Amino acid sequence: MVKLHQENDAIIEEIYQRKNDAEIARQREYVAAVQIQAFFRGCRVRSYMRHLHNSAKILQKRWRGFLGRQFYRILVKNSVLIMKLNFYNGMATKVQKVWRGYYVRKYVFNYYSRKRYLEALQIKNELVRSELEEFSEQQEHVRQRQREMEHKKRREHMARKHHFLISTHVIPGIYNSPFLPYPTETEYLLRSVKPHPPKVKKKTEDNQYDPSWKSYDTTPPKQLPPLTRKPQGPFRTPEDVQKQRYKPFEPTLRVATSFWSLEDARQDMKAKEWTTRVIDDKFIPFSRREHKYDPLLHTSSSYGHLPYGSKYYREEFIDKHVTLEPFKTAVPPIPVFEKLNNTFSQGQV
Amino acid sequence: MSHRQVLQVFEQYQKSRTQFVQTVAELASRPQNIETLQNAGVMSLLRPLLLDIVPTIQQTAALALGRLANYNDDLAEAVVKGDILPQLVYSLAEQNRFYKKAAAFVLRAVAKHSPQLAQSVVDCGALDALVICLEEFDPGVKESAAWALGYIARHNAELAQAVVDAGAVPLLVLCIQEPELSLKRIAASALSDICKHSPELAQTVVDAGAIAHLAQMILNPDAKLKRQVFSALSQISKHSVDLAEMVVEAEIFPAVLTCLKDPDEYVKKNVATLIREIAKHTPELAQLIVNAGGVAAVVDYVGESRGNVRLPGIMMLGYVAAHSENLAMAVIVSKGVVQLAIALSEEPEDHIQAASAWALGQLGRHTPEHAKAVAVANVLPKLLQCYLRADASEDLQTKSKKALKNILQKCVHLPALEPLLHDAPPNILKHVVGQFSKVLPHDSKARRLFVTSAGLKKIQEIKTEPGTALSEYINTINNCYPEEIVKYYSPGYSDALLERVDGYQPRS
Repeated sequence: MVKLHQENDAIIEEIYQRKNDAEIARQREYVAAVQIQAFFRGCRVRSYMRHLHNSAKILQKRWRGFLGRQFYRILVKNSVLIMKLNFYNGMATKVQKVWRGYYVRKYVFNYYSRKRYLEALQIKNELVRSELEEFSEQQEHVRQRQREMEHKKRREHMARKHHFLISTHVIPGIYNSPFLPYPTETEYLLRSVKPHPPKVKKKTEDNQYDPSWKSYDTTPPKQLPPLTRKPQGPFRTPEDVQKQRYKPFEPTLRVATSFWSLEDARQDMKAKEWTTRVIDDKFIPFSRREHKYDPLLHTSSSYGHLPYGSKYYREEFIDKHVTLEPFKTAVPPIPVFEKLNNTFSQGQV
Repeated sequence: MSHRQVLQVFEQYQKSRTQFVQTVAELASRPQNIETLQNAGVMSLLRPLLLDIVPTIQQTAALALGRLANYNDDLAEAVVKGDILPQLVYSLAEQNRFYKKAAAFVLRAVAKHSPQLAQSVVDCGALDALVICLEEFDPGVKESAAWALGYIARHNAELAQAVVDAGAVPLLVLCIQEPELSLKRIAASALSDICKHSPELAQTVVDAGAIAHLAQMILNPDAKLKRQVFSALSQISKHSVDLAEMVVEAEIFPAVLTCLKDPDEYVKKNVATLIREIAKHTPELAQLIVNAGGVAAVVDYVGESRGNVRLPGIMMLGYVAAHSENLAMAVIVSKGVVQLAIALSEEPEDHIQAASAWALGQLGRHTPEHAKAVAVANVLPKLLQCYLRADASEDLQTKSKKALKNILQKCVHLPALEPLLHDAPPNILKHVVGQFSKVLPHDSKARRLFVTSAGLKKIQEIKTEPGTALSEYINTINNCYPEEIVKYYSPGYSDALLERVDGYQPRS
């Protein structure tokens, strides 16, 4: 027991020692345990996380693949579209190029038609030029002839005026020099024309019939009447005489009217009608129709004509007449009627 | 006895009045007397005589006044200031035809000088009286009234409008149809004066049916009438396309061309003006004239006439060529270029040269073909000469420069361009060298010719500043040739060669 007791101390000591050791090691062990646990838990959580990540990756991969494919399809579609569009545009350009070239060559700038036009224009120009040339030549010709005519007329006029210079049988004129073999041209001209007739006062301007008798007007003198003193004797005053002398001529209507006025008027009317007529056929109104001739009741009777109106006009009873001779007038005839004898019907009295 | 003596006094007075006005009227017809008459106070003496009881004296007084007013604008103003016009206008409606003629003569003489005087005539109410005179039976009265109206209308658009508002146009159109030639002439000239101002006035005249009557008189043998008719037609057609088309629709066309051969200068000029006024509006109208052979006729006309008469023909060719390349080609095949070139070289006056230069520019600016046709006629040196001449007017210079530029920009006919290389100023040379630089890279024969004709040498001698268009063109040309040739032709190359001889170490 003692031994035990003695040993007790060692045991306690040992226990104590051990306890101390344990106490000293406990912190370390705890930390180590914690570390172990942490490591383990870390592993476990990490593997779980890895698992989750892997799952997410799979999801994402699938989704992204899906989206990408979708996007790719759109992209392909678009690029095909653009490709086609470019192709079509290129083809359209080719078509347009050919068409435009054709159109312009045919309608806008057709080389051949332009050439033809210009050639035709040259021909037309030549034509116009020659025509104008001809026209101006003709005009020049006409003017030349006119000038010549005028010149000739003037020469003739001068020759007629100086006709007295002509040579006679006895005395040679100044244009007919005896020293020359033959007379000059002027001499021949003088011979060919007649001298101006002596001036005779014209009575009237023209002898055309003039109903207003203007041409018979005697023009009164321009200056005022002379202021002479009254002549001695039984004469009228000069004013009176003047007045009478220059009294305007006042023909009666009968005289002023042309004898042929009726015929003239008819002629005029005919001429006017002829000029204003639109067509030569007469206008016939549509209301006038061709009627068949309807014979009169009297004349077409089946009983024959009535003699009244064709055979006799009034009833005469010859057997009741006193004498067969017609009566004669006893009074002298009216002189006017007598004068216009045959133009009036004698009639029966 | 005393009765006669009294009468004698009056008679003597009347006689001396008559004699006085007649002498004054006769004196007034000579310009050297006018100043003396004016100093003698003739105006104040004539004025009461206008109111004389004897019609002959009135007429002669009016005639004398008219002659005085006709002389110069001072006297015309004196007539206006003397309050004579209202008197005349009043008696224009009252008196006989002789007096009307004389009064219209005075109004005409006053109105002719200036717009102010014409306005004062209008202010007196003369227009209505003159229009009433147009309705008169006597052609002489109508003539003088139409003449006065024409002189009033010619000054400006307002006065012409006043004449139109007075209702003169239909009566003037009636006057054209009268048989008297002088009346026709004056009525046509009055219509021409009215419609020259504005399209509206011309339209009024056209609405009165003037064109048909004017067109009928184209072939009238009277030259003076034709002048006025063509002037009226050209004044109508100058304003707008519609009016020009209406003139063309009167079927004037082949007939008008014969008048280009008329012996009268003014008829020719007015016809050419008419054709020009029609051609300038649209390509269609120009085409119509071309198709009628008008260009050939005008080209001949340009060749035959001289001086100012030529001008409308030249301008007509220019207008036709300006419309389209086809029309320009038509002018070229009608031998228009030669005549224009002749006009350019032989006309002494600047404005005709300017017109020719302009027309040539219009001809050559369309295509290289046109430019070649112009250049072959040896026009370019003449244009250049016009441009460079010291005494050339500004207008001629600008026109010839523009024409040169237009032609050069299209010209690829190198032989024609070469002479210009030698004597063109830099601003023209630019275009010339530019054309060479465009052609030479593509044409080997031309390159060869360019060297042999000493063109390349000339090019090397041109001084340029780097960076300008000219230097670029020269570079382009130089790049077409091997370097040795370019060097050979550049100035100072012989010196450089000699230097090389000096510096050369002979081999042992």
